[in-house]
Amino acid sequence: MRSDKQNRTPLGLKIAAGIGLAFLHLPILLIFLYAFTTEEKSYQFPPPGLTLKWFAVTWNRPDVWEALGLSVRVASISTVIALTLGTLCAAAISQTKFFGREAISLLVILPIALPGIITGISLRSAFNLAEIPFSFWTIVLGHATFCVVVVYNNAVARFRRMSGSLIEASMDLGADGFQTFRHVILPNIGTALLAGGMLAFALSFDEVIVTTFTAGQQATLPIWMLEELVRPRQRPVTNVVAMVVVLVTFLPILAAYYLTRDGDQISGQGK
Amino acid sequence: MSIAATPAAAAILPGRGGIGGALSDAFWRNPKLLLFLMLTPPLLWLGVIYLGSLFALLLQSFFSIDEFSGLVVREFTLKTYGELLRPSNLDIIVRTVTMAGLVTIASAIIAFPIAYFAARYARGRWKAVFYLGVMLPLWSSYLVKVYAWKLILAKEGILTWVFEKLHLTFLIDGWLALPVVGGNSLSVSPTGTFLVFVYVWLPFMILPVQAALERVPGNLLEASADLGASPSQTFRNVLLPLALPGVIAGSIFTFSLTLGDYIIPQIIGTSHLFIGMAVYAHQGTAGNIPLAAAFTVVPVVIMGIYLWLAKRAGAFNAL
Repeated sequence: MRSDKQNRTPLGLKIAAGIGLAFLHLPILLIFLYAFTTEEKSYQFPPPGLTLKWFAVTWNRPDVWEALGLSVRVASISTVIALTLGTLCAAAISQTKFFGREAISLLVILPIALPGIITGISLRSAFNLAEIPFSFWTIVLGHATFCVVVVYNNAVARFRRMSGSLIEASMDLGADGFQTFRHVILPNIGTALLAGGMLAFALSFDEVIVTTFTAGQQATLPIWMLEELVRPRQRPVTNVVAMVVVLVTFLPILAAYYLTRDGDQISGQGK
Repeated sequence: MSIAATPAAAAILPGRGGIGGALSDAFWRNPKLLLFLMLTPPLLWLGVIYLGSLFALLLQSFFSIDEFSGLVVREFTLKTYGELLRPSNLDIIVRTVTMAGLVTIASAIIAFPIAYFAARYARGRWKAVFYLGVMLPLWSSYLVKVYAWKLILAKEGILTWVFEKLHLTFLIDGWLALPVVGGNSLSVSPTGTFLVFVYVWLPFMILPVQAALERVPGNLLEASADLGASPSQTFRNVLLPLALPGVIAGSIFTFSLTLGDYIIPQIIGTSHLFIGMAVYAHQGTAGNIPLAAAFTVVPVVIMGIYLWLAKRAGAFNAL
């Protein structure tokens, strides 16, 4: 018998939860306000006036566009690599049992479980030892390493829910392995892969700690922002970029949520 | 039914034609081959590139640096680890671990009501609101979040303004005048660093705690109340022990992330170093890779012990 619904929520809990959520969201909302401020030299609150001028200024900044372009290219390629490696790994782990399975799933999680600085410095020193010059590809290498885990997590969860008899039925009905993959497996895991890919993209697009170690002279958008944070040159432009980054990262997260929502509701409300 | 009438020979289909067909057949007969082919690319990538780099780093921590030439001496020595025990370096480690501990405790306290509300009282639309309400800050840009706090904590920023309007400025001034936690303004004080850490890692605590609380059956709490426990007794003796694995799982994230971060204390805080900043400084301008490598071993060892203890407490079931 469930009697949850008759329970009244204690007022104190409501307030505490509300304050907690406000604490999580107000700082991000503040970014939106500051993008319109007329103040250039300081972080004055309340803003002395509101203007749209900085959007135009930012639009005409070549360095911002360059950084954005690099970030998008790195994130796209890292996502493709992560999708391939993550799906392969998830399929192997969830469809078969073999010695060392646990070790492999630990290996996939390790790059994100260890502090980013460790991943960053170990890759950097490895590049130095192997005398690989820093380039676009060294950035991708670092990003793809820790993006695998989000694809893997999404794919493993979906593989677990997918009944193995589906594949057997397909084979029994005469489909070969590739046909089964194309017509049975892929449609079933498609949305999970899409969601994982979007999260991987968001993760790579936003990554800064590993990137500072694996990028040479090139600046991704987060590196550009970090430089502005350490040595502010033009605060209003940073404000606008920050707001745009928030908006751009919200979209894939919302999309990923709606793509995997059904599964979450089952596992969240079950039992 | 015609199955019985089918000749036995036709039950075994002829091999498929073409390369694709042959491959498909080979995979079916020999699943190990398929498994091998599926695992090779990710294992090559993660096992060789990633683990290889990690071991190379570990190896370098056993080298030392020649104090006169500044070059790395490639001979096995424990000298670099000895350097970690110098008072100034020990200071850095203690400061970072203390900060990580405080951040973890504070996030657990703030996360609990949110997670509890979301797990037990939020239904339907509210459930989605809470889920996204945690996911959006979790996934939104790390640097933007840090930047937002730079805006908030600035001397001319919103926090000062709010306290001014409430005529409570003396509270901030009094707090900043305190010896260890204070500073010239909030954005260059340890308090500021602490606040930003808590803010940035809080979602990592909420999710596992919520997952653990969702598994607590509601009638357990009712039974406790029926048996005469006050709400606070129920909380202490029933709810908290059941939620503890979730809290520990969350603390793995908050603790580990604080240990390794070097950007937050660099942007908001004093000039005192944290482990991450020390690593960055030693590998960068100083070129002292061995010492930087030895410093990175510290969080790895601490996290290793922490994970071992967490595993014994059953925290991994709540992940």
